[in-house]
Amino acid sequence: MAKKEKIEVEGVVVEALPNAMFRVELANGHQVLAHASGKMRMHFIRIAPGDRVLVELSPYDLTRGRITYRLQ
Amino acid sequence: MAVVLKSDREIGLIRQGGRILAEVLQKLVEGIRPGLNTAEIDRFVREEFDRRGVYPSFLGYRGFPAAVCVSVNEEIVHGIPGRRVLEEGDIVSIDLGVIYKGYQADAAITVGVGKVSPEAERLIRTTEEALLAGIRAAKAGARLGDISWAIQSYAESRGYSVVREYVGHGIGREMHEEPPVPNYGRPGTGIVLRKGMVLAIEPMLVVGDWRTRVLDDGWTVVTADGTLAAHAEHTIAITNGEAEILTALDGVKP
Repeated sequence: MAKKEKIEVEGVVVEALPNAMFRVELANGHQVLAHASGKMRMHFIRIAPGDRVLVELSPYDLTRGRITYRLQ
Repeated sequence: MAVVLKSDREIGLIRQGGRILAEVLQKLVEGIRPGLNTAEIDRFVREEFDRRGVYPSFLGYRGFPAAVCVSVNEEIVHGIPGRRVLEEGDIVSIDLGVIYKGYQADAAITVGVGKVSPEAERLIRTTEEALLAGIRAAKAGARLGDISWAIQSYAESRGYSVVREYVGHGIGREMHEEPPVPNYGRPGTGIVLRKGMVLAIEPMLVVGDWRTRVLDDGWTVVTADGTLAAHAEHTIAITNGEAEILTALDGVKP
């Protein structure tokens, strides 16, 4: 029996919004609203439009996510 | 939580339970035919398990109402057997878990009902091959991401997508243990595999998009776009050589 899991997908930041929120376009063309993870904020990792990032999506709301990693 | 390594004795128990599971699964597959009511599959599993003195691990798991998951066509996993009648051309995934002397084993197979389309046939075959590709990558010293990547690259290079929201898992005293075993990922990432790890590897392949949704019954996971899905699963043990399939009949090799 398969286990339910959070989904992590790659995307590109298209717009920085207030409150450390970002609009991210995923590889499949969908756009999601994502906030930076607490760990990223603590380490002052800056995210700018054009950055490739990993976004963790909630299976319950695929329009919102959490940026967990900035890719090189 | 850390990954629990199993002793040879524990793996022996999982192997024995896995063998019983494989025998029951084999009998089930032989009995799949058009006109079969999926509730009969559930009844068959309960009778066979009862006779062999083992317990179905799905029954009552978080309230799951049956001993077996039966998922037809666009249903990916966690289908509840019931009134549905199998029709010629359907593809049906049967997912089964066993508890034997306190240890669990988990396996699934997708089969065609009667004669199925070449497309469905190809999906089923590719899913099985993707599982075997994952098992071949499961070697001590390799990383978890190597398994994930082996499955993903095999499936995607043949035009299928892999489900993201549901994953394989460690297994032992509990059905779902650490680590999660996704069917997508990057090679060289994740934990290092070690002898004594026991994993349930279970690729779920979809003809269309990998997105899923859950039906109103709270369990049945279907493809969001309604396209066909297939599912294959084995419980394996990491050894210092090739992984050992614990839920296979005699003579099945990765």
